[in-house]
Amino acid sequence: MSATTLGAATPVAGTTRPALEIRGLSKTFPIGGLFSRKAVRALHQVDLSLGRGEIVALVGESGSGKSTLARCVARLEKPSSGEILLDGVDVLKRDRFQASRAYRSQLQMVFQDPFGSLNPAHRIEHFLRRSLAIHGKAGSAAETQQRLEELMATVGLQPDMLNSYPHELSGGQRQRVAIARALAVEPQVILADEPTSMLDVSVRIGILNLMRKLRDEQGISMLYITHDLASARYLADRTAVMFAGELVEEGESLDLLANPAHPYTQLLVSAVPDPARSGSYDPVRRAELRAAVMMPASCAFDGDPEQPCSAEQPVRHRVGSPENRHWVRCHLYRPAAGSAGHALVESKVS
Amino acid sequence: MTVSQVSFGSHEPVLEVKDLTVKYVGDTRSTTAVDRVSFSIGTGEIFGLAGESGCGKSTIANSIMRLLKNPAKIAGGSILFGGKDVLAMSPEELRRFRWQDVAMVFQSAMNSLNPVLTIGEQITDIYTTHAGYSRKESLRRAAELLELVRIDPVRLRSYPHQLSGGMRQRAVIAMAVALKPSLLILDEPTTALDVVVQQEIMAQIKELQHELGFSVLFITHDMSLMVELSHRMAVMYGGRIVETAKASDIHASPQHPYTQALMGAFPPLTGPRVPLTGLADGVKFRNIPDLAEVSPGHFVAPVGADTAGAAGGPVLEGASR
Repeated sequence: MSATTLGAATPVAGTTRPALEIRGLSKTFPIGGLFSRKAVRALHQVDLSLGRGEIVALVGESGSGKSTLARCVARLEKPSSGEILLDGVDVLKRDRFQASRAYRSQLQMVFQDPFGSLNPAHRIEHFLRRSLAIHGKAGSAAETQQRLEELMATVGLQPDMLNSYPHELSGGQRQRVAIARALAVEPQVILADEPTSMLDVSVRIGILNLMRKLRDEQGISMLYITHDLASARYLADRTAVMFAGELVEEGESLDLLANPAHPYTQLLVSAVPDPARSGSYDPVRRAELRAAVMMPASCAFDGDPEQPCSAEQPVRHRVGSPENRHWVRCHLYRPAAGSAGHALVESKVS
Repeated sequence: MTVSQVSFGSHEPVLEVKDLTVKYVGDTRSTTAVDRVSFSIGTGEIFGLAGESGCGKSTIANSIMRLLKNPAKIAGGSILFGGKDVLAMSPEELRRFRWQDVAMVFQSAMNSLNPVLTIGEQITDIYTTHAGYSRKESLRRAAELLELVRIDPVRLRSYPHQLSGGMRQRAVIAMAVALKPSLLILDEPTTALDVVVQQEIMAQIKELQHELGFSVLFITHDMSLMVELSHRMAVMYGGRIVETAKASDIHASPQHPYTQALMGAFPPLTGPRVPLTGLADGVKFRNIPDLAEVSPGHFVAPVGADTAGAAGGPVLEGASR
């Protein structure tokens, strides 16, 4: 394991141990009929750590496994192997079959669709009150009411909205309610799976600003799962890039997007629409990058004194100075057969 | 110079929309989805229409194609295509107008392919129905068409589910340009696709546009994508156009607070990390006035006193931090 935990080896300054640590997490889904022995490898040996008061973005295309990772950490899916350490405790060993209430009180989720995650039959008050009651945070009636109003203020909503039904709220307001519901439990970690992709574009930045405020003021750690590199750069302290169920690169967000080292990251970065570089699409370069991702022939970090290149082991090379904690998986590494199919493989046409 | 006369270059406008008003009529009340909207698209111009869900941009596209169904009613205004009044066309004229003159790629069009017919059958159908070619000739042209969007012609025998999302979308775009229309309407053509595929499809559309010389009405909510692709663009809010100008001008200096909010919603990929501002929750712009020219070719709706944040708060939020 020591070869693959470079990211976790250097903890964030001022913290003792990471709030959430994922070690060697794998997940395979069986495919085919009842007696089929085929399986799709959705996640393979993922190591990721989340420091206290840190926002880490997990980016990748659809099918890269980022939502499977979120579902595993949220304990909605049972990982095939690996460890999930919350505050140093392996939760997969502690609560073997499903998430315990203790786990839920430390880790909360915000889902993609605020239209589906709030029961339309209840007032906003109900969702927050229920969170407080289940996790034993409800005090006297007056205290509870005060706490509800506090929560609403924290997420930037008017207290009189407590009496509204979800259909009376806009998408952005509903997502704020979903965040308030998560906050009611006073979690250490919030898992946000594409929290803005269903919202109208003009209110998205407001949600990102709110997440940033929660990190700064309450020290909540967040795993921000997104396909939008620009928002990852805007919000996250560190960004990890996922491809075909494995992490290929991770580093300080600004540094990672300025100096992407893996051809897949370069491919992603070059594809983000950016008015500043209109008409920058270069089919020749694109074909080269695709080839470098799918059929690696050389590694830019050949001769790395710390980690020699390897096609069999997922070796991590350091990129730039150590304080950026930027590493890239050796370009030469080709995972064994069985990994999830990917759009890049299918669309060889252009 | 009025808004509807400004277009890219000095070409004749292909499409002129003037004071278009569309209402959804209910039993007790009606909603104005598109309110006195005017714009024009020149020959070979890519015109972008930006705005959020529900702002009326797709209703405009459907009006141009005359695809509106009850309870939607065109309550006023005119749509001229090459000087011909689209709203006065007979069913037979319309049949020829659609696909031959104006073609449309719908949102998530890749799912609009018929799953039980091969790609080839669906493309040849266009030629036999609209152009009256023989089956053999149609097949030959269908193969050419797929090559145009860089799909191997052996795929003519494939069913839609055998193609990736990007390939299906490319096939749909190929079908749209099959009869060499002079205007192509793209309604969120890449929303369901990953960025890498999205960029390739947009590049392909640009290439096709260059080759075939059609005009494009491009509808999306992704401002970065729109600015990168369009020559001119308009921003819609609540059925009204609040700002229209050259795409580069809007990118450089958005004037209307709503345009600013939309632009701010897409953080840049370079430069320092600066706090951005979004539209505060609950902000509504009401009674948007007509556009006024602030600089040559740049029209903005003046922001009236009717605009206010929730409980009188600011229109834009997030800058305070």
